[in-house]
Amino acid sequence: MAATSFVIAMSVMTLFWGLIGGVIPWFIPKGPNRGVIVTMLVLTAVCCYLFWLIAILSQLNPLFGPVLTNDTIWYLNQHWQ
Amino acid sequence: MLVSLEIIHHLGYLEKEMVKSNTVIAATKEKEMVPCARDVLELESTFEKLEQELREINRNHAALRQNLIELMDIDSLLRMTEDFFEEPGNQRCSPNELFIAGVIKQERFPAFEKVLWRLFHGNFVLRHAEMQATEELQAVRGAVKKDVFIIFVQGDHVREKIRKVCEGFRASLYSCPKTLYEPKQMSTSVMTQMEDLRMILRRTEEYRAGVLTRAAEHVQEWGSKVKKMKAIYYTLNLCNIDITQKLIVAEIWCPVSDLTLVQSALIKGSEQSGSSVTPVLNRIQTQQTPPTFNRTNTFTEGFQAIIDAYGVGTYQEINPASYTIVTFPFLFAVMFGDCGHGLVMTLFAVWVTSQLTDVVIGGRYIILLMGMFSIYTGLIYNDCFSKSFNIFGSSWCVLSMFHPHGPWQNETLHEYHHLQLNPFVPGVYSGDPYVFGIDPVWNIASNKLSFLNSFKMKMSVILGVSHMLFGVALSLVNFVHFRKFQDIFLQFVPQLIFMLSLFGYLIFLILYKWCITLRSETAPSILLLFINMMLFDYQSEHVLLYRGQVVGSSLVLAGIVGGWSECKFTLSHLQNHDCALQQKWLPTAPGVSMGDIFVYQAIHTIEFCLGCISNTASYLRLWALSLAHAELSEVLWRMVLQVGLKISSGMGSLMLVVLFAAFAVLTVTVLLIMEGLSAFLHALRLHWVEFQNKFYEGSGYKFTPLSFDSLLKTQQ
Repeated sequence: MAATSFVIAMSVMTLFWGLIGGVIPWFIPKGPNRGVIVTMLVLTAVCCYLFWLIAILSQLNPLFGPVLTNDTIWYLNQHWQ
Repeated sequence: MLVSLEIIHHLGYLEKEMVKSNTVIAATKEKEMVPCARDVLELESTFEKLEQELREINRNHAALRQNLIELMDIDSLLRMTEDFFEEPGNQRCSPNELFIAGVIKQERFPAFEKVLWRLFHGNFVLRHAEMQATEELQAVRGAVKKDVFIIFVQGDHVREKIRKVCEGFRASLYSCPKTLYEPKQMSTSVMTQMEDLRMILRRTEEYRAGVLTRAAEHVQEWGSKVKKMKAIYYTLNLCNIDITQKLIVAEIWCPVSDLTLVQSALIKGSEQSGSSVTPVLNRIQTQQTPPTFNRTNTFTEGFQAIIDAYGVGTYQEINPASYTIVTFPFLFAVMFGDCGHGLVMTLFAVWVTSQLTDVVIGGRYIILLMGMFSIYTGLIYNDCFSKSFNIFGSSWCVLSMFHPHGPWQNETLHEYHHLQLNPFVPGVYSGDPYVFGIDPVWNIASNKLSFLNSFKMKMSVILGVSHMLFGVALSLVNFVHFRKFQDIFLQFVPQLIFMLSLFGYLIFLILYKWCITLRSETAPSILLLFINMMLFDYQSEHVLLYRGQVVGSSLVLAGIVGGWSECKFTLSHLQNHDCALQQKWLPTAPGVSMGDIFVYQAIHTIEFCLGCISNTASYLRLWALSLAHAELSEVLWRMVLQVGLKISSGMGSLMLVVLFAAFAVLTVTVLLIMEGLSAFLHALRLHWVEFQNKFYEGSGYKFTPLSFDSLLKTQQ
């Protein structure tokens, strides 16, 4: 399958937060704060990944487009290629 | 205890004196050892001596000052009489005539004059002059204005009357010279006396300053010692004295993991005090509930404090503080969501944490985390001081809307002011969403809010349901710990199934609708779908979201579950009832029948079900506050900064400076402080109510050991 930017983005982010939440906790040295640090890492990964996922999924299949003024449209025509 | 009260009294007096005389109190840097019983007596005697000395100095000082005031009065009086006598016609005075000279407050003088008139029917001469207010006089006496006066009157017998009048008006009388030469002599003697007095006063003040400075070096140390002693006495009072009057028995709470530490501290203490008896530490069983102790360090204590503010956890139940460290700043950031403001907040928190290390501000790590998460959510909302970044290239292409791909002609732009991009025209929407966050095209679109509202509402529901499911899962941990396996089956499982079948289904609908492609004219609204499901309305005209949509089952499931949880307490009550009956000593409480229990449980079940729905709706505040923040931010940009940037005249740069100052002040006060507090409060409420009522009991009491550090910290 062609590597669309969506697929790349999905895999990169999943890998990144999966690393932070699932792999790094095993390498935290034993000490009095280990529990707190592991909890923080896992929760941060889950929250941030979920939030990013919601943002990208909501834009995957838009049902309507943006309403722009004619000046903006003229400008975008020239500059956003 | 009385001893320490007096000491505190003495110490307070000392400190007051120091403040009055502006002595610098040196701050102690080293940690002093804990004071022992001997120190008490030593400190007591030191304080008493110091206080007596200071009181005596103050008394002397006051007396000397009074003398100085009198002398100054006499001095100005003399000058006035000199002037008076130099006037022609006043040189002689017959033996019958009487002088009275004195000083009176200026405001009382008119009344004084009137009384004298009435008394002597004008048969007197009264001269008065305002006393020059020299600086010294002001410093010594204060800002009260006084007048000097002389009365000439005939007759000896009136002396008493005048004296009475002057007493009534609180005028001070002084003896007055009769001839011209006496004033000069008196003047010089008064001058020398005044000089002497001034010198003595100065010496007294220097001496007092010396005493106070010497004491000031130690006063902080003494203060902390006294506080420690007071705390020790208070704690000792809580112990019992043994019958032999030689031993103290104390029942304490102590963390199990610290038992060895306590043991070694006791041994060390007995060695240092040189007693022959070694203290003994025994573990005893008790029916009382122990206090709750959660070990915290400087990072976690802020979060533990906000959990404890709602209620200290019941002994040994799960502590939500460790999860709150992340979820609280995260929910705050969802409502705050601006990476520019988040950056300012983070920088502020870093400055507070690094610079003000001696002043402990409890919430600095909370603010730091809130700021860091706000940067992240701000990047995802693509909102930085209400502007968006376009880093990866927008997914929306305007060019494809024109001929030949799309419906627009060149003239379309001239005809219409607003035009909408149609994602179903090929090429307009690239098919790949913006990879990190909200597409930047929405920031310049007029219908930005239509898209963002839909996105944020669904996001709030998803985050809310996840948060609550997490809370329910924590209740499972509690049940397992306290071995209430029955409750797992009767409470946890029905709750879980109810939430998943209703709100889990809702989330599934949301995600499904996001992931499939629909034509916009025929796309069903999730809200209508849900309502129809509740009303058991399956009209075939409504296009179903997916084939085989069997919505009724989830509602039936929810209904079953409701009845299930109702069985829970009914069962447990029945069990207790049975047990009691079997023991045969129970006088059955009249009126407690099966019907009552049933109703009680029905109320509980309904409360839970409705509570679930209202709690989910409560999470919509995540959407509401982030909308408010974004709108306020945009208003500030459009009404303040953009106005400045659009000025085309030469004065524009100056106006821009002024407008930027206004922009900065408004951003900090309204957006950072006010909105920050608001989002903080709402995130806190979400934790305390919607999250914690799924599992937290919070009916414990806190473990409060005697701690010198916290004692001294609270005093500062």
